[in-house]
Amino acid sequence: MSDATGAFSSDIAAGSATSDAYRPGHGHGNAHGWATGHGQGGPASKFVTVAYGFWIFLLSDIIMFSAFFAAYAVLAKATAGGPTGKELFDLTRVAVQTGLLLTSSFTGGLATLATQRRSMAATQFWLLVTGLLGAAFLFLEVQEFAAMAAEQAGPSRSAFLSAFFALVGCHGTHVGLGLLWLGTMMAQLWVKGFRPEILRRLHCFGLFWHALDIIWVAIFTLVYLLGASS
Amino acid sequence: MTDIDSRIDEDLDRRDSAPGEESITEHEPAGGLPGYLLGFGLAILLTIASFLAAQTGLIYQPAVISALVVLAIAQMGVHLVFFLHLTTGSDNTNNVLALAFGVLIVTLVVLGSIWIMGHLNQNMAPMSAHQAEMMP
Repeated sequence: MSDATGAFSSDIAAGSATSDAYRPGHGHGNAHGWATGHGQGGPASKFVTVAYGFWIFLLSDIIMFSAFFAAYAVLAKATAGGPTGKELFDLTRVAVQTGLLLTSSFTGGLATLATQRRSMAATQFWLLVTGLLGAAFLFLEVQEFAAMAAEQAGPSRSAFLSAFFALVGCHGTHVGLGLLWLGTMMAQLWVKGFRPEILRRLHCFGLFWHALDIIWVAIFTLVYLLGASS
Repeated sequence: MTDIDSRIDEDLDRRDSAPGEESITEHEPAGGLPGYLLGFGLAILLTIASFLAAQTGLIYQPAVISALVVLAIAQMGVHLVFFLHLTTGSDNTNNVLALAFGVLIVTLVVLGSIWIMGHLNQNMAPMSAHQAEMMP
């Protein structure tokens, strides 16, 4: 490993000293320019390949969510005489949930910045804040589901409610699993410190958490706001 | 691996950045703490705009859905740029191409389902009075 690393870094040093073939307008088409991950200069570093693989997973996860979104969009009016979204959704609760998850995403970013400074205390603190905000979000969601089930508006009431519980519940499950992952990462970081594999896992967790917030943007817009306004 | 090894590892890829990696863009508006603060602020503004658009009567009712979709797409863009650090730089080409393919599939699945199911609803046989009662 150390041999290969030495060879790569000397290639990079040579490349940046001359010009960069992969920055059009900045270089002059130097055929000897090396850049990892472009078929030259060897494979990209493990940090890049791991994060890219996780990025592909996240996109496939989003594609799975799109199937739930499609089912909900098709069935949104199929209430079978039962309660509609307008009667069920409490926008104040949704606004609080949105604020919690958005702030959680932001503090997750602050944890990433603390990680770059290699500050253990700050990283653990922001990760803890991120987790607490996520847990509060999940608590509000479970409360909402329980209230709906108590009002005879459970998932078996209508096709609309089946699709609603499947979509929002799937997102909630992701948040719950993310919290477990977050706790594991805090423990691993505490015990093992800023080792390369821990940094990779923390980075993947950050990607996961931000992606969940992006999916929530689609949910609060298309499910709650659209359902309550029409 | 020691810490020194990992630092060399990070220095390796000045021209191929991982998704969400931000060391590249530290001198740009989307990098570092200012980037996160800017993204957070923009996301809050867009969220408030979404809730207002859905609840005020100012917007022509059939157009509310368009406004909400536009605001949601804008907010997703803010998240991608400021939180996930996705840029159009050449070091990000792989990440952006994967995202573009994901967006294509998501669009096909969602819009295709709505389109096809809308047509099927229109072409259904007429309902009996009892069936009609069961409809919303």
